[in-house]
Parts: sequence; C-alpha cells; structure tokens
Amino acid sequence: MNFLEIKSKLKNKTLGIAGCGGLGSNAAVALARVGIGKLIIADFDKIEESNLNRQYFFFNQIGQYKAAALKENILRINPAVNVEEHIVTLTPARIKNLFIDCDIIIEAFDKAEMKEMIAETVLTEFPLKPLICGVGLAGWGGNDLIKVEIHDNLYIVGDHVSETSENDPPIAPRVGIVANMMANVVLEILLGKDK
Amino acid sequence: MQITLNNRIEILDIEKDKLTINELLKLKKYSFTRLIVKINGKIVKREHFDDITFSENDNVEVIHMISGG
Repeated sequence: MNFLEIKSKLKNKTLGIAGCGGLGSNAAVALARVGIGKLIIADFDKIEESNLNRQYFFFNQIGQYKAAALKENILRINPAVNVEEHIVTLTPARIKNLFIDCDIIIEAFDKAEMKEMIAETVLTEFPLKPLICGVGLAGWGGNDLIKVEIHDNLYIVGDHVSETSENDPPIAPRVGIVANMMANVVLEILLGKDK
Repeated sequence: MQITLNNRIEILDIEKDKLTINELLKLKKYSFTRLIVKINGKIVKREHFDDITFSENDNVEVIHMISGG
C-alpha cells in the first residue's frame, strides 16, 4: 500500500483519544501525520512545565488547556485533520456521548482508576469497539519488555508492570514508544496486518 | 477447580465448585487494585466482584491497570 492509499483509507476514520497527556498527545500527532480523518480529543487539564518532559507541547503553551493546545499543534502539522476538542473531565456518561461514533478509542489517562473506569465503560457500552490502553511505561530502557496483549477488542500496550512514581517517573522515550505503539495498533486495526 | 486464567491452565486448590472474582483475587494474592476482569470474554464490573461467579473450565482474564500516561 503506498502512502496515498494509506491516507485515503484513513481519511474516513474517526479516533477518540481520552486524555491529552504523554500517551494521548504523542499518539494523536503520529496519527495526524499519517492522515487520520477525525480526532475527538478530551482532557480537563492545563499544560505545566513538568509535562514538557514527555508531552507534545511547547514551552510557550504552558498554562493553556491541553486539548486546545493539542488541536493547535495537530493543525500545524496537518491542517486536513478534523479535530474536535473537549475540555472536560471524562465520566462514563461523557465517554458514551463523545466517543459513540469513533471507530477506535485510545485510553490515554494517567491514573489507574481512570483507566479502569474507561475500560469498564467501553467494554460494557461498546463491546465491539476496539479500545487501546497504555499500561506500564515508567522509567527508561527495557525496550524488549514493551508489548501488545490482546483480549478480544481490548488491547493493552506497555510493559504491564512499571507504575509511575516519584522515583520512576514517566519520561519522553518510553512514553513515546508506548504512545507510538498504540498508534501503530490503530493502523493495524484500520488498515489490516502489514507485517 | 480447573480454569483458564490469562490464557494459561490454572488449577485452583479449593473445595467449592463456584468462585467469585473477589475470592479469586484473594486466593491468587493479586496486589494491583485496579483491574479489568472478564469471564468467557464478557466484562465483569467491579460492583459484581462479590456476586458473579465462574466455575470449572471457564476462561477468566484479570488485566491490571496501573498509573502512568
């Protein structure tokens, strides 16, 4: 498949991204570059300087809402992407409303309880919709430990064990690897297996 | 009781012929607090961890959710 064919296949696809932090911002940018048709992105939070160690934002965007700033950055890369941004705290009811028309949903939250909440919601409300979660990405190294585990329509990407903490923070390379692997799973679902 | 637990055959050393999710978590000493549980491919919500049960030959998946993103 050449790049024009890839783009034309992705043009009519909609992806939901729950959270615009390390996983969400990097996965969104990767998929915008290859020409995903529509991104529905949601995050309640504002950019802080400490986010710049991994999230796809710039120093002069500190203080802006992440969802709004991410839209701006995506459009600077590829203005053809239709980006619908929502500055909200996601709840089961909002997930149901915002992501109903998405072909695939990416879970890109920080906290474990939010990851559980969206997985429970999507698997209950949209059992046929693929949901891709990032689980286990703290620290550095261990490239060979990061993998994709598939449970029907639930895809778990990460090393499955490295929880973030004060002494094992999330930092750009490993978070970026997991985010890009999640984006790669999206392509595999939408375009079919290549490798 | 023999079940499939996370794609592996698992023999649970218990007398009962039915087990709840919370009983399984305790038996297997799972330490992560945030989980997605599926029995035969169907999600079990946390509110049902004490009342929905599985039995012999069921396929049980316990997926950890940990912080970081």
